[in-house]
Amino acid sequence: MIGLSHYLILAAILFTISVVGIFLNRKNIIILLMSIELMLLAVNINFIAFSHYLNDIAGQIFVFFILTVAAAESAIGLAIIVLIFRNTRSINVDDLNRLNG
Amino acid sequence: MNQLIQSDLFLILPEIFVLSMAMVVLMTDLFIKPSQRWIIFALSQLTLLGGAYLTGQNFSHETQFAFSNMFVRDGLADFLKMMSYVGTSLIFFYSRSYMKDRNLYRGEYFALVLFALLGMMIMISSHNMLLVYMGLELLSLCLYSLTALDRDNQKATESAIKYFVLGALASGLLLYGMSMIYGATSSLDLNVISTSLLNHPTDHAILILGLVFVVAGLAFKLGAVPFQMWVPDVYEGSPSSIAMLISSVPKLAAFAITVRILAEGLQSMMVDWKQMMLIMAVLSIGIGNITAIAQTNIKRMYAYSTISHIGFILFGLMSGTLNGYASSLFYVVSYMFMTLVSFGILMMMSRKNFECETLEDFKGLNKRNPWYAFLMLITMLSMAGIPPTVGFYAKFMVLQAAFDAGFAMFVVYAVMMALVGMFYYMRIVKLMYFDEPKLKSKLDVSMDMQWILWANALALLFVGLVPHRFMDATAQAVALSLH
Repeated sequence: MIGLSHYLILAAILFTISVVGIFLNRKNIIILLMSIELMLLAVNINFIAFSHYLNDIAGQIFVFFILTVAAAESAIGLAIIVLIFRNTRSINVDDLNRLNG
Repeated sequence: MNQLIQSDLFLILPEIFVLSMAMVVLMTDLFIKPSQRWIIFALSQLTLLGGAYLTGQNFSHETQFAFSNMFVRDGLADFLKMMSYVGTSLIFFYSRSYMKDRNLYRGEYFALVLFALLGMMIMISSHNMLLVYMGLELLSLCLYSLTALDRDNQKATESAIKYFVLGALASGLLLYGMSMIYGATSSLDLNVISTSLLNHPTDHAILILGLVFVVAGLAFKLGAVPFQMWVPDVYEGSPSSIAMLISSVPKLAAFAITVRILAEGLQSMMVDWKQMMLIMAVLSIGIGNITAIAQTNIKRMYAYSTISHIGFILFGLMSGTLNGYASSLFYVVSYMFMTLVSFGILMMMSRKNFECETLEDFKGLNKRNPWYAFLMLITMLSMAGIPPTVGFYAKFMVLQAAFDAGFAMFVVYAVMMALVGMFYYMRIVKLMYFDEPKLKSKLDVSMDMQWILWANALALLFVGLVPHRFMDATAQAVALSLH
């Protein structure tokens, strides 16, 4: 029987993969966007699992909002990536070194 | 039912007004010539004026809820909103000639700033985790695109992507924490969360997990160590006017959601979040002040100084008393005015094809124009926390609250770190007054900007001389709203 804890563990694993993806990724900025998306989806799994388990609809409503905002967010992210490509002709993470930090 | 919705709408009138005016600004810009941009400027200032009128007209002295307890209007919310209008208005004034010189004086700048202001107003008034998230995203999405406003500048786009990725990560952490808290308390409403935690303490492990993630997300947004890495890069890369925006008004909103979530919603877990705040405050004050010494770029220096100021704000929050929250509120508001004037001077000294951003550019400012040097002197004294400026009283109140809450050792540490911080503020004073000027060009600044900059700087001095009325105002705002 699949219980609440299984969903939570799945979400935690997805969340960890996405955080690791953001910090270890040294190749492409698009992968960063994918990691961010995966992170929000992990949160969504959490919310839906809790919402079902608690018999409370608010969690599922929250998921709708997260999905909408995530779409807007990736639109802005892609727009910034286009600007970076126009300016430097590359979207490698390693080429982002103009600011010393 | 109908009447209920009417009273709800009445409470969010300022938000509705700002939203509609932001759209009007966006549309009007399509129909005017570039030479008529002053119309947009006037419309934006009118928006802020109207918002302030609508907020001030029925300034809440009691807590009122709207839309099934999602939205709250109380003394704290109205006070912070008033301050946000003033801050945004100053941003528009200071950035005008700077943006014109860089060909960034466009309609979308005003519309995006107004939408960001709307996001902040929603954050300030939110009493439900869903609304906190929506307000936060509205603010963040506007700030990401504003950072990249200077499209052909490599530094600006690079800082935009860094801000975007780390900001999205912060939102993810915050959301993950919210989902855990939702699971433990079965509600998103901060009131319900707080009462259910008080009445029957539930599964502790999952709550602590949620709390850790929420605090991490909030710290990211505030820019506290160890989540500060985006701050210097964004300040350095983005145009000064955008850096000024990011460093000033959003801190008020971030303060508001921190207080609402931690001090109202998770009140019964104060023991746990106090410790996390203590660690972050100590690290922020230390790392912020020490790293700022090594900077030669003045915008990076401001960034590290912001981090140390955030440390002081956390000091007030972690004392966990009404007095502590009030002192933090006083600190964050006075910090906003200090940072506005400090960036205002940077923009005043910049001109077409010249960006004032290294410490060298301040050399011998006294010989070039003693009045501007004096202006900068007041600001630096206030930032360093030297009486009789407002910075001194802000630091004093925060540390006193922390001392009363039993953090005596850490107060001593914070005072020592403030002394370290004095070094890099006073270095600018030394460069201005005792070095030979490197640049000889004349400083010509528009009249209105000069007057407003002076008013802002003298306010720092004036509030420092008679701080009690303003302290009472913040204490009252907190006492009316938090219990």
